[in-house]
Amino acid sequence: MTPYGSSSLAGSTHDALTRKSTTASRKMAAHRCSCSSWLFILFSLSVFVVADIHETTPVNDHHGGADHNAQTAEQTADQPAVEGRRWEATEVKEAATVDAAADTQGTSAPETVVPSSVPQPKDDFQEELVIRPLHSGDIYASFQFRTLWDTDFMRENKVSHYRLFPKSLGQVISKFSVRELHISFTQGYWRTMQWGQPFIPSPPGAELWVWFQDSVTDVDATWKELTNVLSGIFCASLNFIDSTNTVQPSASFKPLGIGNVTDHSFLRYATLPREIVCTENLTPWKKLLPCGSKAGLAVLLKSEKLFHSSFHSQAVHIRSVCQDWQCKTTSWELRQTVNSVFDLHNSGQAKREWSLFKMFSRTLTEACPLASSSKLYIDITDNPQGEQFELSPATSLLSQAVVLGDRRTFSVYDLTQETTFGSVRSLNLLIRWKSNEGEMLRPLLHAERYVAGYGLQTGEIHTLMYNNHPYRSFPVLLLDSVPWYLRLYIHTLSVTSKGKDNKPSYIHYEPSKDRVKPHLLEMLIQLPPNSVTEVTVQFERALLKWTEYPPDPNHGFYVGSSVISSLVPSTVAMDTNSTRERPLFSSFFPCKEESSYFVRIYTEPLLVNLPTPDFSMPYNVICLTCTVVAVGYGSLYNLLTRSFQIEEPNPGLAKRIANVIRKMRGVPPL
Amino acid sequence: MQHDRHRCKCVTQSVVTSLDISRLAALSIAAVVIIVGVPLWWRTTETYRAWLPVSQIKDLAKLQLHLSADVEVVFARGTVTPEQQKKVPLTQTQDEEHAVDGDLLVQFIILRLQNMKPYRTATIMEEDALKKPTAAEADLSLHMLSESPCGSLVVYVIPESSSLLPEDVNVYIGQRRTALVRISAQMRVGKTLEQLLAQLEPRIKQVLQVMSFSHTDITVALSDRVRFRPGNKESIADSMRAFKSSPGYEITFSLLNPDPKSHQLHWDIEGAVQTYIQPLLTKLSPLANFSIDSQTLYYTMLGVTPRFDSSLEAYTLNADSLAHVINPVEARLGSNAASSNPVLNFLLYVPDIRHSPLYIHDHRKQEVPSNAFHSPRWGGIMVYNVNGFYGSETEFPVHVNINMAKVMGVFLAQLRLLLGVQSLSPPPGFLVAPCGSTGLADWELDRLMWSRSVENIATATTTITSLAQLLDQIGNIVINDNIAQQVSSAVTSLQLAMAELEVGNLGFALQYSKEAILASEKAFFDPSLLHLLYFPDDQKFAIYIPLFLPMCVPILLSMLKIVSEVRQRRREKQAKKE
Repeated sequence: MTPYGSSSLAGSTHDALTRKSTTASRKMAAHRCSCSSWLFILFSLSVFVVADIHETTPVNDHHGGADHNAQTAEQTADQPAVEGRRWEATEVKEAATVDAAADTQGTSAPETVVPSSVPQPKDDFQEELVIRPLHSGDIYASFQFRTLWDTDFMRENKVSHYRLFPKSLGQVISKFSVRELHISFTQGYWRTMQWGQPFIPSPPGAELWVWFQDSVTDVDATWKELTNVLSGIFCASLNFIDSTNTVQPSASFKPLGIGNVTDHSFLRYATLPREIVCTENLTPWKKLLPCGSKAGLAVLLKSEKLFHSSFHSQAVHIRSVCQDWQCKTTSWELRQTVNSVFDLHNSGQAKREWSLFKMFSRTLTEACPLASSSKLYIDITDNPQGEQFELSPATSLLSQAVVLGDRRTFSVYDLTQETTFGSVRSLNLLIRWKSNEGEMLRPLLHAERYVAGYGLQTGEIHTLMYNNHPYRSFPVLLLDSVPWYLRLYIHTLSVTSKGKDNKPSYIHYEPSKDRVKPHLLEMLIQLPPNSVTEVTVQFERALLKWTEYPPDPNHGFYVGSSVISSLVPSTVAMDTNSTRERPLFSSFFPCKEESSYFVRIYTEPLLVNLPTPDFSMPYNVICLTCTVVAVGYGSLYNLLTRSFQIEEPNPGLAKRIANVIRKMRGVPPL
Repeated sequence: MQHDRHRCKCVTQSVVTSLDISRLAALSIAAVVIIVGVPLWWRTTETYRAWLPVSQIKDLAKLQLHLSADVEVVFARGTVTPEQQKKVPLTQTQDEEHAVDGDLLVQFIILRLQNMKPYRTATIMEEDALKKPTAAEADLSLHMLSESPCGSLVVYVIPESSSLLPEDVNVYIGQRRTALVRISAQMRVGKTLEQLLAQLEPRIKQVLQVMSFSHTDITVALSDRVRFRPGNKESIADSMRAFKSSPGYEITFSLLNPDPKSHQLHWDIEGAVQTYIQPLLTKLSPLANFSIDSQTLYYTMLGVTPRFDSSLEAYTLNADSLAHVINPVEARLGSNAASSNPVLNFLLYVPDIRHSPLYIHDHRKQEVPSNAFHSPRWGGIMVYNVNGFYGSETEFPVHVNINMAKVMGVFLAQLRLLLGVQSLSPPPGFLVAPCGSTGLADWELDRLMWSRSVENIATATTTITSLAQLLDQIGNIVINDNIAQQVSSAVTSLQLAMAELEVGNLGFALQYSKEAILASEKAFFDPSLLHLLYFPDDQKFAIYIPLFLPMCVPILLSMLKIVSEVRQRRREKQAKKE
């Protein structure tokens, strides 16, 4: 009966609503539950209750719904005869198939060993692992798996025969007319200042952005349905994505694949900074790989080790890419990535050395047989002469790649070669550090964000962007999506760098609507060389309705990361040929010009406290007002219905005592 | 109080009037509370419940089904004499009632004769057609002559002398909706027309049971509504095997390759689906929408390690262990992301090199010739051995091109079973024409449509009645307008479907029954029905008590007081009179 109970009940209602399975059995359970509470109430309040008591006979099982009844019937009927009936050998009537086969005798070839000239399969799978020792002593491991498929999901007769490409995602693409889909689940925050740039950036929590084909008429409905389906596929709470956290960025998220779309009404972007990523998200992710976690690099993805790391991010990127230089034909690319940073130095052994086995508790024994290329790259740029660390087994295969504006050198282990695994048939890479020295180049661009202010009424969001380039200034696109319950005062927006006002050359602002849509703020800001640019905006905290609070309101409310996208000047010439064979990690962001490279940076998500009511308050208020009303009403009622009359006042206590004494003395009373 | 009253009596007049006034005040406050307060409270706390067609739903709960099929009986030359011909009756209806369950009356009207000329003699063109050398050709040319609508039958009665049918065959059932019935010698000789017709009737009934619907079919279809009491185990298996009726099905073919290192498998699934599966599905398209896809799954192991049988030099799977085979595979099959229709899974399993060859053994420890098995309402799996390709110095991986004709033959047979196309054994003396390239005769489709319509109607009525019952029992549930609308449209469709069944319009009946099932499911699973279930009564009372208890107690007490005073006065009056 306490209002605490009510708030948790409200929470459970919310949960129940978001879950799609509104089955009849649940209705029944709920009904029984409410029946019993009814009974309880009726007993305890029998004084008060009037006569219209509901019949609380136990509900007969009749309306359990057609399906349920039938299913249980089927199960019970099956139980005794499980061996007997459940599985039946199939008898094939020759007549049925011979006829059909007769029509097609010409076409169906008898089973044969395929001659050597096997037609080139239309799909291709590559896997790759990059390991980069970081200056902080951590290890950055980045897995990339790429499936390419030369097909067109948008054809009239829909594609339905899958080989390497996962069927579930293919169905999503064709059903929802997706042009591009990027989804990432991240636990932890990428520390740009310590670790440099990641190959594929992602914000903490879940992020989803989708470009739809322009044939989609109702983008919002499709988006809603898509998020529900994806939340089923990835076992994540993406179904919490709704209009209050979805935005349509006008400039920040351009398609990464081919296609020059500018109409951002077909783009949807949403983040769930609160989403917690764990094993249940990794398992369905691994299922999408052709080899699963049975062979190839994916055997290293053991969740108990992977989630015991400083940073973990898994992502799926679907887009269409060019097949050849002229881009006459396109193919669909599915890129699955896992990025994680292991803190080996701190965890346990003080020795600075690590191996594949220490990191993943597995070693590599084979490549995925379906992969056309399967490679392991170790970044040895800082270790050209072997003075920093020692790598064993050593490899003579070196490769250079331009990645993130830097030319890096990698040792390459080709897992498709038998020799890589040596005589022990297993590859366990080992790095032993020799010296502790070495300075990391400061990343050219990084950013941070925090909330300032005191009290529970107003506050200020500060976003700091650092341009560490000594002499070049470059523009950045800042995207901020702030929930409606922080009401931004856009007139207080100020952008300053080096103490001077820095006027953004482009501002796109969409104000929020309470309970409908969030604020969207996009700005193009020129960052002067070697400077800090500060963007501040004040906000007011809104009061929520009491059912809108999450179950733990005092934890605070998350505000998703700001996204900073930029073309950063490069020190080396970037590779603009998109179709040339390149390692996967360097080919994610398309590169249009040689002098700069694309970087996307996510700031920290914010945790903001909103004024939180005492949740027992409504009940207290009700009780108090009712009491006041009852007291007032009671006295009024008494006034109206009682008659008052003057009665002989009783003699006082002193007088009575005096009279008793007087009586004893024989004196007449007073 | 008593003391008070006595005192009141003896005080002045003005006090007496003030007592009356206070009584009046108490009464009027009570009146205001009852007239204004209670309705106001009632109105403001009421849940919105839209109107539902309850009485119609109650009617539906009884489920009175009348099925009727149009049968036309055509007499060929030489079966009736000219004078009999003139007396051929024009209409005849035969009812046959089958009570399936106590409260549920299903009525089959077995014969309903249409066209005002149910019994007629054959036209000249039909006579020509019947003179074809074989029954199959006659069947085809009769079909060319007239297209009979869905659900109807034409029975041609041919003379005994006709050479169309082999010696021991009396009834021939064609690929379309026609049947040839040979009149036997003793039937004809020296009998009147009525007797002839009476002789003919059981035959026609038999034909109808084979080609349209029989008592068991309908009982199976109604198993949702009626506790199904089958006679034997065999019929349980039959009834449980087929998928339940649904507006659509997803058919998924999966090639399981647990050992991609040793085997590189190629299957031309696209072509095979086009040649083998698509014709059948095109034929079945009035029944449901089908979508087909296929996938290849690697490193999928069966849940059971097969046992090595040294006598066979092969690995074997026992029928007992089949139930456990699928579980680990199913986790990877995945459900269809794009629809919620039931999925029919067909798996082609190529055993890995260490467990090859692999054979399935049945209960009698005999090898299953097709090497395939199926699970009711789930799908089928076939084991495809490729050990023939292992030579002494073969290079791995072996490239194997899978023989799709062999595979699809098995899958097609399983698909027919799972969709409920029963290949029943005809009664003696019947000859059933083999189905053509489509894999399905017209009358088989009709049969399926009959039972599906009945099943849909049964399911939809169960859903609607149970929803109505649920809403009736739980007063807290809000019934929105859209739900009420879905319910009424489901009820309307149901009534229409039943009416169409009654007049024998099978196509329309199926269409309406599908609409009914869609609408009823939509209403039943609407999330808005869950909303107020959790608005708890205990909280309501927690809020009401602080207000209502202090307000109602004085009112109740003063009411009691007034009542007792009135009584007292009456008693005193009576005492005075005496």
